[in-house]
Amino acid sequence: MFTFKTNQANRSMFSKALVASALTLALSACSDDDNTQAIEPPPVVVTPPPTPVEYSYTVTVTNLTNAQPLSPIAVLLHGNTGENAMWKTGARASVPLEKLAEGGDNADFLADESAIANQASDDVVLPGMSTSVIITSTDLIANYFTVATMLVNTNDAFSGLTGIDISSLAIDENKSWNINAYDSGTELNNEAAGTMPGPADGGIGYDSTRDDVDFVGYHSGVVSQDDGLSSSVLTQAHRFDNPVIKVTIIRTK
Amino acid sequence: MKIINQSLSVLALSIASSTLLAQELSISLTNLTQGLYFTPVVTAAHSSSYGIFMSGSAATPELQAMAEGGDISGLVTMLTNANANVDENPAGGLLAPGMSTSFTLSTDDDNMRLSLSAMILPSNDGFVGLSGWDIPQESGTHTIFLNAYDAGTEANDELRGSGVPGEAGMPVPPPLAPNLGMNGTGLTDVENNTLIHIHRGSIGDDDLTGGKSDISNSIHRWLNPVAKLTITIQ
Repeated sequence: MFTFKTNQANRSMFSKALVASALTLALSACSDDDNTQAIEPPPVVVTPPPTPVEYSYTVTVTNLTNAQPLSPIAVLLHGNTGENAMWKTGARASVPLEKLAEGGDNADFLADESAIANQASDDVVLPGMSTSVIITSTDLIANYFTVATMLVNTNDAFSGLTGIDISSLAIDENKSWNINAYDSGTELNNEAAGTMPGPADGGIGYDSTRDDVDFVGYHSGVVSQDDGLSSSVLTQAHRFDNPVIKVTIIRTK
Repeated sequence: MKIINQSLSVLALSIASSTLLAQELSISLTNLTQGLYFTPVVTAAHSSSYGIFMSGSAATPELQAMAEGGDISGLVTMLTNANANVDENPAGGLLAPGMSTSFTLSTDDDNMRLSLSAMILPSNDGFVGLSGWDIPQESGTHTIFLNAYDAGTEANDELRGSGVPGEAGMPVPPPLAPNLGMNGTGLTDVENNTLIHIHRGSIGDDDLTGGKSDISNSIHRWLNPVAKLTITIQ
């Protein structure tokens, strides 16, 4: 049972229900002649099963960094998960989030049980580039969305939004956000050879060992060998500042 | 007749002041970082002619005591004397990385601006701050992301030292000690901008027993924002 906390969600559900009942009224009006003396038999009205209304969104992610490719973009639609958004500052990262943040592997993240619909981009998003993901649902409660991607030349940096209410979005309306970098807190930021999956290293991504603070927070940026971290294989080029991605969502249906 | 006049003027006063209503605020502050501690937080609703700090201005001695040593008692006294509504130390000490603290603030008429500050550690004179946010009249929930400021009162040598205003170095409360280095030589003894400004961030190094800085470059750096403030107006 999902409860809707915001007025906007209630309004949206309400207007969907109104549309549905208006359809029913229109259809039933045709055969509403039971009490008239019909000379001819009333025409048989076949009521087709209502076509489910489809909601479709295009989510576009722009890579704002200098040299941090983004792992394939994961997008989910879900109901109101409230406090159980897919990550929260100060709380431990789930293993699927750890896999995404350390290795760019979004398979388990997309398979989250809260997902009503999920979709990912085919490729990485290079610095300066944008990519779009189209996601569709007929489920009336799919009013929240999550988007996530890894900054691949890091130990466990990711960016995205989770549990964002899009119930008030009208067709052709869009919303945009500039998003900061998170640290999943699951891997030490040593920037060392063999620990990062991106092209700057080509190392191992996900490692189940949790040797960092073990809670999600904002990322402090990469240090790089050029700025005094001797264990680092990164250079000045891989440094970043907030925000790191731009997210735009447009409702198309 | 005199009594009627008095009650009329009371009525007139209450009508006039109803444009600036007292409010109940539920406030939650989250330390977004994974390596910085916040010292006791002071939050105040105050009039438009008053506040805790302003970028581009020199720090008051009270702000300096907060930014260099985490001592908010001077700011609390100053704000209280200016008829502000003040909340102090909601976390009961340090607000650790990733942690949140919540409190309520009842505001009096005319206290229509909200300000907040807490020292960030490790730093010489860094603080997280909100300066004179206009409190909306309508009920609703607002999220504000806060940046780190430099009070401009102490050189950022990034060395273990003192929290006493005017003395060099950083105070080191116990939770901070394990990750801090020692015996650094000091990054600088100059503070270029002596007015309140956005903190340039710490440099740190990866040498726990020497180097220029006692700060760890892979644990104690930050990118703004460093805190999230959620304000619900009832």
